[in-house]
Formats: sequence, structure tokens, C-alpha cells
Amino acid sequence: MDLIESLFRELNASAGINLTIVYDPFDRSRFWSGFLMTVYLAAAALLASLALGVLGAAAQKSPIAPLRWLTDGYVAFFRNTPPLVQMYFFFFGLGSITPTVPDDLGFPTPLIGNVAWAIVALALFAGAFNVEIFRSGLEAVPKGTAEAATALGLTRLQSFRLVVLPLAFRTCLPALNNNLVNLVKTTTLAYAIGVPEMLYVSNQIWSDALNVPEMMTMLLLVYIGLVSLLVWAMHRWESAMRLPGFGER
Amino acid sequence: MRRAAEGKAVCFAVLLVLAASAWAQPAHSDIDGALAALVRWAPLIGEGFVLNVLISVIAMTVGTVLGLLLGLGQVARMRWLSRLSAALTQFFRNAPWLVLLFYCIYVLPFRITLVGTTLAIPNWVRATVGLTLPVMANVSEIVRGAVQSVPSGQWEGSASLALSRSQTLWLVILPQCLKRMLPPWMNLYAILLMSTPLASIVGVEEALTMTRNALGAERRSELLIPFYGALLVAFFLACWPIALLTRRLEARAAV
Repeated sequence: MDLIESLFRELNASAGINLTIVYDPFDRSRFWSGFLMTVYLAAAALLASLALGVLGAAAQKSPIAPLRWLTDGYVAFFRNTPPLVQMYFFFFGLGSITPTVPDDLGFPTPLIGNVAWAIVALALFAGAFNVEIFRSGLEAVPKGTAEAATALGLTRLQSFRLVVLPLAFRTCLPALNNNLVNLVKTTTLAYAIGVPEMLYVSNQIWSDALNVPEMMTMLLLVYIGLVSLLVWAMHRWESAMRLPGFGER
Repeated sequence: MRRAAEGKAVCFAVLLVLAASAWAQPAHSDIDGALAALVRWAPLIGEGFVLNVLISVIAMTVGTVLGLLLGLGQVARMRWLSRLSAALTQFFRNAPWLVLLFYCIYVLPFRITLVGTTLAIPNWVRATVGLTLPVMANVSEIVRGAVQSVPSGQWEGSASLALSRSQTLWLVILPQCLKRMLPPWMNLYAILLMSTPLASIVGVEEALTMTRNALGAERRSELLIPFYGALLVAFFLACWPIALLTRRLEARAAV
């Protein structure tokens, strides 16, 4: 570890490439916490958006008309407005009317902090896309399949849970994969409302250490690494769940 | 059935904003106050919105030309060229837009000297460059996908008619691709237009910046929801027709 640290100090002294996050413990811990925050934002928003997607896809099939309209409206609206403005609307707009609680020093602090609002905004944005993805997946399952399952004595719920859902899930996995990658990239927008995620802490680091090009490049590489990891894992999963007799190979 | 749903989307949007604004109004003030303020600031915010559209149009035009070249590079016969193009495409597709934007704002020079005259490069031009890069990569993928979706029999047929590879590409394959590329290309434009507010983070005076400035000048917290809500609706009204048209084109192509 010491060797690596001295190596990068040497790199700074000789070549002027100043990567403080490698040899400076403070910057390293800052960057690491930013990385963890990015992963946390992505994971939390991902789970919430998946739940929203399933609920929305179910609501679109509901016999209650207003529920269908509401879902259609939600999907159309959130798919066609800028995620950044959504985030501002939530954090500054809705944040201004949510109740506040006194913090340790007695100052009023909002009940829902910026991290929570960021997760809410990201989940609603990605969730709108997930609804459409799950709907298309469900529609891709032939009606006959569900009917065959009922003919075998399964109840409607059983046939949905055991037959239709697994098939639909496999069909929409590539599109879902795409959307999740997008979600990870969209977490950078939380920067705008002051969430200390990776872009935010990098901004702090390059403001302190004046190493803008190095940190920028580092940041870009870390994001691409993160996304590539996700893509790789999802591809592995996709091929593991592949249905025989569909697609090439 | 889908078209009926779209009508409801607008109702939903307007309802959302109205309900939220009404909720935000203190008892003594009325909704006219917010509306009057909105009307007062609309020209300034509208000016910002024009810049959003301008940035998106320039980024789309340049990005499409570069993306077309990169996409053709991806399907090129030369191994090194296709590998390089694919790597570039993946790089700019996987990087977050905001990080690319930061990269261009900080790394590009803020002025250039050409034969003695110094030319200042305004912030918004650099932001446009930052947005062009991901557009280029996405167009490149659209081109590759479209070229590969043409049945290989077309290539063989053209070869039997003694067309060269470039003749086949330009006279047979690409004209067919044009129709397939249009829906995803329009989709990309909508995504780009929705990404232009990112430029406000790096200090470009577009619609979101103008809205923040207006709110800063007004200093009234009950205006926050109507103003941001109105901006959401403005973007929705710009992007939603594109989405509708895209869906119609896709439906026509599917038959």
C-alpha cells in the first residue's frame, strides 16, 4: 500500500499527474464515500423503480378506469419531462411544503432530506420506463399459454405467478437492463441538489487539489467501470435465464 | 386505446401542478398571485427555453453527422476501424451525460486564438459539444443496428448485380435503413431535449437557470411549485408530440 502511495506521489512530482485519491487518505475516504453513495442511490432507486414498474403494469390492467388513467398519465408525464427538472420540482418545490423537524441544534430541517428526494425522483423517473417495459413483456406472452396453464388446473393467480410472470420477465430483461444502466448514469443528477455522490465529491476534491483533468478522467473511468460491471452481470443473468428456442444461438 | 391515454396524460400533468400549487398557497394569498408572477417571468424563461432548443438542434445535427460516420465505421470491413469505432461508441454511451458535460466545460479551452484574433468560446457552445458526444455514440448504435437489421440477402443480391460494397451500402442498404432509423432517432432527440437542462448545472443560462433566477428574484417560497411545475409542463409539451409521432411511425413500420 505504501509502495503504491509513494508511486503516485512520485507520479505527481515527476509527471504532474496528481491523483490525490490514491495517496491522500482524506481524499481517498471522500471519494470512497461518494462511490458508496452512488451505489446506494442506484440500488435504492432501482428496487423502488422495479416495484413501481410491477405495480404500474398491474394497474394498467386493472378494471378500475381512473387507476388506469392515473398510471397512463404518470408514465407519459415522467417519460417526457427532463429528469433534472423533476428533481428540482421534488426537492425545491415539494420539499418546500413538507414538514420540518428540529435537528440536534434546534434548527428546522426537512423531514425528507435531499438523499431521500433524490431516490424518490430517480425511482419515479425510472419507474415510468419500467411500467412500459413490464407491460410489453406481459403482452408478449401468448394468451394461449395462460389458458393452457388454467386448463391444467392452475388458478388464475397461480397461472400468472408460475407461468406468465417468469416468461414475461425473461422477455423484458434486455430492455430492463438498458433502463437500469440509464438509472445508474442518472444518479449523477443528484449532484444538483447537493447529494454527496461521486460527481459531487469529485468536484470537492478537484476544487481543493486543483487536479481537474485527472479527477475528471478518473471519474469517467470509474463510471464506465461501474456501468460495464452492471452490463456484464446482467448479460450473465440474461443468458442464464435464456429460454430454449428463442433468439439466435 | 393508446391515443385516449395520451389525452389523459395532459389532464394528469395539469392536475398535478394545479393541485400542488393550490396546496402550497398560504390562506391569505390566492392562485392569481402565482399566475401573475408566472406571466411576468414567462418571457425571460421562454428566452432560456429557446437556448435549450438551439443547443439540442445543434447537438443533434452535429451528433448525427458524426454518429453516422462512427456507425459506418462500426460496420466497416477493416477490423481495426470497426474495433475502434465500437470502442468509442461504447465509451461515450456508457459515460453519464453530466460527467461528459463537466468534462467539456472544464477541459475545453474558454478561448482560442486563430491567426492573431482571439475568439471567446461561450459556455453554451462547450455544453453543446458535451451533449454532442453522447448523441454521436447513440446515433452510431442506431446506424449499426439498422444496417445489421437489413436481411443479408440484400447484400448478396446487390453483389450478384455487380455493385461494389460502397455502392451497395449507399444505394441499397442505407435508403432502407433510413426508415428504420427514424423512430429511434426521434426518440434520441426527445432524450437530448430533456437533457439540455443539465447545462444549467455548468452555468449555461437556459430555461432552468432562468427559472431559478426568477425564483431567486421573487423570494417567495409558494412560487417554487408553480414555477418548476410550469417548466415541467413546458418540456412535456415539447417532448410529448415527438413521442406520439415516434409511436405512430413505429406502429406503421411494424405492420
